[in-house]
Amino acid sequence: MRDLTFEVARGEFCAIVGPTGSGKSTTLNLIAGLERPSRGQVVVLGEVVTDGARGVGYMFQTDAIFPWKTVLQNVCTGPLYRGVPRHVAQRQAHEWISRVGLAGFEDRYPNQLSGGMRKRVALAQTLINEPAVLLMDEPFASLDVQTRTLMENELLELWSGSSASVVFVTHDLEEAIALADRVLVFTAAPATVKQSYRIALPRPRNVAEVRFDPRFTQLYERIWEDLRDEAVIAYERSLKAIRS
Amino acid sequence: MTKPSSHMSGPSRPSGPDVPPDEPLTDAEAAEEAHARRRHRLERFLQVAVFCAIVGAWELSAQTGLADPFFFGKPSGIAATIWRWATRGTPQGPLWQHVAVTLEETILAFGIGVLIGVVAGFALARNRTLATVLGPYVRMGNAIPRVILGSIFVIWLGLGMASKVALGVTLTFFVVFFNAFQGVREVDPNLTNNARILGAGPRQLSFDVMLPAALGWITSSLHTSFGFALVGAVVGEFIGATHGLGYLVAAAQGAFNANGVFAAMVILSVVALIADALVTWLERWLTPWRPAAMTQTF
Repeated sequence: MRDLTFEVARGEFCAIVGPTGSGKSTTLNLIAGLERPSRGQVVVLGEVVTDGARGVGYMFQTDAIFPWKTVLQNVCTGPLYRGVPRHVAQRQAHEWISRVGLAGFEDRYPNQLSGGMRKRVALAQTLINEPAVLLMDEPFASLDVQTRTLMENELLELWSGSSASVVFVTHDLEEAIALADRVLVFTAAPATVKQSYRIALPRPRNVAEVRFDPRFTQLYERIWEDLRDEAVIAYERSLKAIRS
Repeated sequence: MTKPSSHMSGPSRPSGPDVPPDEPLTDAEAAEEAHARRRHRLERFLQVAVFCAIVGAWELSAQTGLADPFFFGKPSGIAATIWRWATRGTPQGPLWQHVAVTLEETILAFGIGVLIGVVAGFALARNRTLATVLGPYVRMGNAIPRVILGSIFVIWLGLGMASKVALGVTLTFFVVFFNAFQGVREVDPNLTNNARILGAGPRQLSFDVMLPAALGWITSSLHTSFGFALVGAVVGEFIGATHGLGYLVAAAQGAFNANGVFAAMVILSVVALIADALVTWLERWLTPWRPAAMTQTF
């Protein structure tokens, strides 16, 4: 990526779409401090990120909850790492587990849960730390469409009860528009922000219904124009790479 | 070995909490189950048949003089020897004493080998400098034929238990070491990244993430390493000892007692099988989060 500059306001839900390999995940890793920029800097909550940003939560694309911990232990992990006493951490964890709809499954191991339930565990595990910035890297990409819609609605509900900023990476434009206040379109690598779209759809939204809003369709068409051009460029490049 | 065949324990029916046990079966399901049960019984029968065929052929050739029982022993003789040892003791003392000595050596070697192996594997995997400096020496050590060390250990540590334990440790250590090393190296970076974001420090990363993640690799090496610990004990006793099953084998060999050698072998196999079952149990206990199918053997 090159000359990539953007800001996310406090409490804003910002979605990033872009062609495959345009550095969307890398962007999140930079914000989280898991990777360091070779040039430039990342500022989170007024502090330059050097090694592991504080106040950041990160939901990964693939399952990253710990398979050897039960649901309760998984959700407890964050507070325990941060030095919260065990009984307090467990009380908070119970609260979050029921908030994501997993009450009664506290003692199950992840391999005993469905894909959607594991995502709920990951969500609770991340949100229990009350992050000021929530990074999400295609978190629901592996779910079936119905489960995904459910999870998206639940995410919006949980988010509306917090003041967190969200940076949500996805390759699904519909998902981006349905969830976000603003959609950033990335160019094919080297990535820069090609265009930023404000999504002025009213909140609270229902992800399943908002798709039928005429404004939704208009936005979709406009953003898709941009995105398609970049996707074509990325595709042609990958063809060339395979041929040579 | 036939299983009780009520409709709940039939092998074709998954026994999870989702399946209500009292629900009556449809005809097709019942037929399916009867079929599975028949196949299961046939397999058991064939298993026993193979054993009978081999042992019977052996016994027959020994009886008819086709195979000289002086060199090859004979199954009835082996059984008689085991019975005599068990009831009246071996020429070298009571049988249980030998079994106990071998077991004690094996378990000691296993415990020490696993402990050192895990600690060393973990340290080398987490510390690049250590791995670079010590790596070649570990590989070199692993290349030495360990059985030769048995002689040296007998010279150093005498005929007692220590030399056998030392030999067993040199055998088990490397198995566990390489598995622990690999296990820590192959921890899913997603998990460590997640832990870091959640606020884990280096210590928590090591003991709360890396170690449990590597535990799957480590436990899967326990079967092999327990086998090696037993080999170490028996070979050590064979080279020079005053007790143990390996010593029994050596003594029987010295007396040209083929039945005695085989009898000790049979006892060893039984001990090894029981120990293997215990290791499987240990594995389940250490990694309760893994689905049963992953750790099950046939």
